[in-house]
Amino acid sequence: MAAARASYDEVALAVPVTVPYVRYSIRSAHWFAGRALALMIEGAGIDKERIDGLCISSFTLAPDTAVGLTQHLGLSPRWLDHIPMGGASGIVALRRAARAVQCGDAEIVACLAADANHPDTFRLNLSNFSQFAQDAVYPYGAGGANASFALLTDYYMRHYGARREDFGKLCVAQRQNALRYPHALFKKPLTLEEYLSARPIAEPLRLFDCVMPCAGAEGLLVMRRETAAALRLPHARILGTIERHNGFPADPIQFRGGWARDRDDLYAQAGIGPKDIDFVETYDDYPVINLMQIEDLGFCGKGEGPEFVRAHEFTVAGSFPLNTSGGQLSVGQAGAAGGFLGIVEAVRQLTGKPLGAAVPKAAFGLVSGFGMINYDRGLCSGAAILARGDSA
Amino acid sequence: MRPKRKNPILRTRLPTLPPHARSRVALGLTAAAALGRLELQRCRNCGAIQYPPRETCHVCLSDRLVWEPQDGAGELVSETVVHISQELFFRERAPWRLGLVRLDCGPSVIAHLHNGCAAPPARLRVLNCLDRAGQAVLVAVPEKETPNMAEDRQLREMSCDPRNRKILVTDGKTAVGQAIVDRLAAAGAEIIWVGYAEPWKKFPGFERIKTIPQVTLMPLDVTESVSVRELAGEIGVKVDILINTAEHHRTFGIAARAGTEVARAEMDVNYLGLLRLAQEFGPVMRSRAADGRNNAVAWVNLLSIFALANYPPHGTFSASKAAAHSLAQCLRAEMLPSGIRVINLYPGPIDDEWNQLILPPKLAPAALAAAVVKALQDGVEDVYPGDIAQDWLARWRDNPKALERELAQS
Repeated sequence: MAAARASYDEVALAVPVTVPYVRYSIRSAHWFAGRALALMIEGAGIDKERIDGLCISSFTLAPDTAVGLTQHLGLSPRWLDHIPMGGASGIVALRRAARAVQCGDAEIVACLAADANHPDTFRLNLSNFSQFAQDAVYPYGAGGANASFALLTDYYMRHYGARREDFGKLCVAQRQNALRYPHALFKKPLTLEEYLSARPIAEPLRLFDCVMPCAGAEGLLVMRRETAAALRLPHARILGTIERHNGFPADPIQFRGGWARDRDDLYAQAGIGPKDIDFVETYDDYPVINLMQIEDLGFCGKGEGPEFVRAHEFTVAGSFPLNTSGGQLSVGQAGAAGGFLGIVEAVRQLTGKPLGAAVPKAAFGLVSGFGMINYDRGLCSGAAILARGDSA
Repeated sequence: MRPKRKNPILRTRLPTLPPHARSRVALGLTAAAALGRLELQRCRNCGAIQYPPRETCHVCLSDRLVWEPQDGAGELVSETVVHISQELFFRERAPWRLGLVRLDCGPSVIAHLHNGCAAPPARLRVLNCLDRAGQAVLVAVPEKETPNMAEDRQLREMSCDPRNRKILVTDGKTAVGQAIVDRLAAAGAEIIWVGYAEPWKKFPGFERIKTIPQVTLMPLDVTESVSVRELAGEIGVKVDILINTAEHHRTFGIAARAGTEVARAEMDVNYLGLLRLAQEFGPVMRSRAADGRNNAVAWVNLLSIFALANYPPHGTFSASKAAAHSLAQCLRAEMLPSGIRVINLYPGPIDDEWNQLILPPKLAPAALAAAVVKALQDGVEDVYPGDIAQDWLARWRDNPKALERELAQS
């Protein structure tokens, strides 16, 4: 029997920052990382030297790694991590950094994700993504992840009876959330009609099913709660987390993610259940993945996603607030920062400082991550349940 | 149906290719596709079959992996039609249908999806083809052969079907050359130019070839640079497929004949002839590799199984074919960026006058001709037609040194 998991009671998540997204920028990932760090130091009111732990995620930092970044930014951390897990980067960074500060290996860890976007960045990233993608996906003209997710979406629709309107409802709701969020790149309302009639990308996916690549950065500081209190920083707590890679290798096609294996562990560690969650930040690179997370994280049964969508409202004021800043589908996907968007937004909601609309009486938020479609499926999954820092 | 002529006002498109980069282990799939086979990695330790290719068994971590033939039977699990690709090759050809197939032998594979395949869930079979980049790709086709299956727009991007093509056969005086002309005509070639050297000689069968409606006889002597250049100037911009059947074949090895005259003549036709043709026709064919549906697509070399290992009773001939084999690899590399396929034929002894003393089985010219057309239709790269060629190939792959000794005693 596995050992009981230690709690994250002493850990605080503070100073959520966003370097405003831009569709294209001539700046490099290093610039975005530097801006994010500067914002965190300013927000915390500390000297740069206090940052003794650094955790970075980026697709565009090459040829540098986290090591090179320490010299770029003039940091001398005693704890350093580099997490190349795309949309799961935020959850994984949180888990690593939390244990580091709990164990005293670092006092204040800056977790950040930063990515550049030049007009040819997307194409270049695709061709260098993975050996399997190079050998078995890219030669088929798959236009990056679009075709892979189109295959998953096609299967999900056929198998579980999801309709384009179901996905559209989520996209339209997220756009409504985004209209209140200042950094969202999409600033016009989206109608269901516009969603349904958009140009096809990889059937059944159309334009508004696909995130828009952009440049930007997200970050936050992880420290002990006593440190946060001494610095007078509002913060959120971690109640439980999970992480899984290559969760269901025998499935012929991906219809579920690792969450389905680990969710009981997540809720057991957190001591609360799905019904207690006030808002959810999913990894929304494509709407079908939202449905998968809603099912696999226990908000409804497998295959009941479409019914769940039809029965709920997903705006901040709705019955199931989802991706309250608008999510990547409406804010943009700043590379690996897409894996931090939900955490940063959740910490803002739970510290009472959302940049957009506030979820009423938000006490518990669930954040989920999903990343790295190495061949035919996303391999990394993770989730965290966060709570207000002033509770318990 | 015959494709429309290209509008001459439109610019001739330059060739683009699908992504060609592969890991070394994935080239195992390309090696099988070159022969027209679907092979996947099987673990000798636990029996698991896996895809995409990798260095280690994903079940038991053994590295004892072998490439084994598979029947490709499977079920279409889901499909998509890609409208937007980042790759020029696919942008020019959108929309493009892809499917995810669960093979009966285990793995799920992403494959090009033939338009004749029914919507999922549907039974189908997966082929392993060379694409325009000369690399292996999986193609899912209907489970059972359908009429005009080869006419599928996506499948045609993998193949070099001679139907409606303009083809040069460099030597029509041999039995093999004439059999190939017959077969091409039957397969729907639009024009067949047939080269002949030494027009003052009357060769058997020549009068009959002339009566085939698609055939036009053209003077061509591959040992004369001027002759090759003149023909390339006349028809080079129209040739879609070049089939080099010119061959000089004499018996004996080293000791049975004095001097180098015969060996020189063999080299002049078999090796330098290919070089002259490649220099004159290669560049112009490359420039037409993306010229619509009537593009330049393939180059076929008549080599010999003797090119792989010397057959001492035909020693100098073997050497000239080995030289041609090596040059054909160079030609293939130079053609690769244009997408033109170089197909090499390695037949065993052909049933003609120069193999009179070789015991059967020998390869009938008609069987070789059938293999040429099938190779073009299937888009393969290396063909070993007939039982002898297959037997030698198997021996050569198993142990080249053993084959050398076996041939030395023949």
